[in-house]
Amino acid sequence: MEQDINITIIDREGISHTIEAPTDMAMNLMEVVRVYELAPEGTIGICGGMAMCASCQCYVLSNTLLPEMQDDEEAMLSEAFFVKDNSRLGCQIQMTPAMEGLEVKLAPAE
Amino acid sequence: MIKTDILIIGAGPTGLFTVFEAGLLKLKCHLIDALPQAGGQCTELYPKKPIYDIPAYPEILAGDLTMKLLEQCKQFEPGFTLGERAETIEKQEDGSFIVTTNKGTQHQAPVVAIAGGLGSFEPRKPLIHNIADFEDKGVEYMIKDPEFYRDKKVVIAGGGDSALDWSIFLSDIASEVTLIHRRNEFRGHLDSVDKVQELKNLGKINLITPAEVTGIVGDGAVKAVVVSQAKHIEKEFELECDHFIPLFGLSPKLGPIANWGLEIEKNAIKVNNALDYQTNIPGIFAIGDVNIYPGKLKLILCGFHEATLMCQAAYQIMNPGKRYVLKYTTVAGVDGFDGTRKEAPKAVVKAFD
Repeated sequence: MEQDINITIIDREGISHTIEAPTDMAMNLMEVVRVYELAPEGTIGICGGMAMCASCQCYVLSNTLLPEMQDDEEAMLSEAFFVKDNSRLGCQIQMTPAMEGLEVKLAPAE
Repeated sequence: MIKTDILIIGAGPTGLFTVFEAGLLKLKCHLIDALPQAGGQCTELYPKKPIYDIPAYPEILAGDLTMKLLEQCKQFEPGFTLGERAETIEKQEDGSFIVTTNKGTQHQAPVVAIAGGLGSFEPRKPLIHNIADFEDKGVEYMIKDPEFYRDKKVVIAGGGDSALDWSIFLSDIASEVTLIHRRNEFRGHLDSVDKVQELKNLGKINLITPAEVTGIVGDGAVKAVVVSQAKHIEKEFELECDHFIPLFGLSPKLGPIANWGLEIEKNAIKVNNALDYQTNIPGIFAIGDVNIYPGKLKLILCGFHEATLMCQAAYQIMNPGKRYVLKYTTVAGVDGFDGTRKEAPKAVVKAFD
């Protein structure tokens, strides 16, 4: 079994949670947020993880080397609100060992 | 007043399948949905995406699933109140409920089935400071009747399928169509993108990218929008129009249902899953993604099962004490309310010479 990684998620209330995320479950960041119930159910991951809504938008605070943004994520972010230069969609960030130390803040719910 | 046996709130896959199961029990259904078309998330969010876990369909597009469900329940003649959101519910002395929409349409039924998914889809409104002042005064977040735009100057904003498809559609109706998007790239079906390109070349669609609408000009009605364009050098200009239609997709909100006195947990309605998916209010059921119980999975196929059991309970409410035996469609056939009958062909009995 691969090692869990430590990541920090600041929820929409501003509370910081440092949690262990598994890297062997094909989980993405949006799913980790849901599993740990860091955002109310129904307010995150609405499209299920297809980069077709922006409900899992987050701001990346650490300088972790992230997977490159694909066209659909870029397109969705171009229509999202509250977008900043460090915005990403959580559903497009897979939990791999390379994400160790990742720190993100959830964007406001629309 | 629209009267029916089961009033279904939400016309997604679970709601549509309820019509079929209710029909087998000779119960009539009427559906209310905030969206202008049936299908719920499947048609609104991802009509062209495949689903792989519908039993017997190794792969089916979400839009096609909706078409199939509509076809399956057609003979039970469901009524629809579309483009309206269920707002209030009032219990009557005879035990029935009256549900009123935001447009004032009233519906009465002895049983209410909430199949509301993640809630009613509300348009995502762009963060333009004075947009609220112009809502329904030239700003529309949804297109209900394209004819409304005949010979009008229309500005559409957005970069997805609905922005592309409506720009194409309205280019034949409106006097002028302008499509504004923050990027040069569009996130649409390839056919739609090509078609917009073609109409742009023909001068039938005016395309402004990368740009966004940052303000609205008018006095009681939209006269123009303020466009900020970032091509080469940044510039800002006013674009005259009669209508501004921002199409940035929709996001679901549980909405008024949350105030109906139902037990809510994690943005979902608690139901009795040991029996019939009834809520804490007898006569009101919650099925599909909108409900919650131990072990709940938000899957379309689970919604189908929940709808089927719920209909049995609804039958008992409407026919108290009446004995009922489950009929298999293969044996009993399907008798539609429209007079049609489907049945298995009779076996041929023929002696050999």
